[in-house]
Amino acid sequence: MKLTLKIWRQENPSATGGIHTYELDGVSKDMSFLEMLDLLNEQLVTGGEEPVAFDSDCREGICGMCSLMINGEAHGPEVTTTCQLHMRSFNDGDTITIEPWRAEPFPVLKDLVVDRSAFDRIIQSGGFISSNTGSAPEANSVPAPRDKAMRAFNVATCIGCGACVAACPNGSASLFVGAKITHLGELPQGQPERWSRVVDMVGQHDHEGFGGCTNIGECASACPKEIPLDVISQLNKDLRTALKNGF
Amino acid sequence: MAVSGLLFIGFVLGHMYGNLKAFAGEEKFNEYAHHLRELGEPMLPYEGFLWIMRVGLLVAIIVHVACAIALWKRAADARPVKYVAKRNSGSSFSSRTMRWGGVTVLVFIVWHLLNFTVVKINPSNGETGDPDHSPYALLVDTFDLWWMTILYLIAMLALALHLHHGTFSSLQTLGLTNSAVSRARARAAGWVIAIVVAGGFSLVPLSVLVGIIEK
Repeated sequence: MKLTLKIWRQENPSATGGIHTYELDGVSKDMSFLEMLDLLNEQLVTGGEEPVAFDSDCREGICGMCSLMINGEAHGPEVTTTCQLHMRSFNDGDTITIEPWRAEPFPVLKDLVVDRSAFDRIIQSGGFISSNTGSAPEANSVPAPRDKAMRAFNVATCIGCGACVAACPNGSASLFVGAKITHLGELPQGQPERWSRVVDMVGQHDHEGFGGCTNIGECASACPKEIPLDVISQLNKDLRTALKNGF
Repeated sequence: MAVSGLLFIGFVLGHMYGNLKAFAGEEKFNEYAHHLRELGEPMLPYEGFLWIMRVGLLVAIIVHVACAIALWKRAADARPVKYVAKRNSGSSFSSRTMRWGGVTVLVFIVWHLLNFTVVKINPSNGETGDPDHSPYALLVDTFDLWWMTILYLIAMLALALHLHHGTFSSLQTLGLTNSAVSRARARAAGWVIAIVVAGGFSLVPLSVLVGIIEK
């Protein structure tokens, strides 16, 4: 496959970036998208150019590190992470535009790499349960209803990649926060801190500079883990209950 | 945003029902308009009900617009650098046009109030103040003009789009769509409200234009 790549290049966080165009030949359909970028970087390094910086870690779709806006879609045209996207999803001769996540709370560090520490700070503000450490508790000592456990498990698949923010026209992280609120709120272990959690996490979300949710739904369709939109409703419901009870 | 929006949905449903009185003829329509002023008497003064509605709607529109501006600004601040390429795949057209569609509806409301409430401009002869004291005659004179009917129909299209997403969005904001089933119901409610309200409103101008409703 021969491709034309339009890639956002930016020297450092304060530099002005721009789109650079590269021609890349010899791409196999069996390559992953990141392997294709590796190939480009080999070509760039051979030619004495600076390689394109991009994030990746596990390359098996479970860590949430890779993050590319591919032809205007977060993680590209398939419902998966960028690392699990393969070049068979593209055609010979295609032009592919690759940009970093765009959000004020996700500043670009270099080229396609953004700083997603804002998500860590949201988690630190309440996305946890307080529990004694030590030996593992007996698994069946805390009963959880099956439907609630299933819902919690489904939304706990959120890997915090930030695709929801990248896809949202408002730049909101409500799907991410909603996934955490639903995950912990459905389980018995999450109950003691349930109401302060939602107030603190939404407060931190707004403080970081993410936009407000208008229920457009781009987030859920971009999510590689298919987190459904109803977690945002759960977030709103928990927030309403918490504020009513003076949290 | 959600609460004020739901108030508007209640209002447009009532307003649309009242407009359909035009099919009952001039006398019935004017009687309905007059009755609105007497509604609640003697508990309320003359036009008391109407003024409660007006003040309530005015407060609701201020809240609604203020929330919209706040959300608009937050969205602009959250993404100062735009994408070179951006594709929308999971959202309805109506959800992406809420802001400019809302501005369109607001501009329309200003004209609509000048047309039928505040100045009572009769676009077919330029008279103001409704000298015949017949809301029915003003209505027929207005929609006898094809371009007026078109203008109102465009506004109804904007309203339909706004209601389609707004109904679902308000229910989601209030935390009432916590499952796939309830979310589908809320989406369906958006379709029903949009079609019933905009369709019901559009019937009257169209009927005037084709001569079903006449003086």
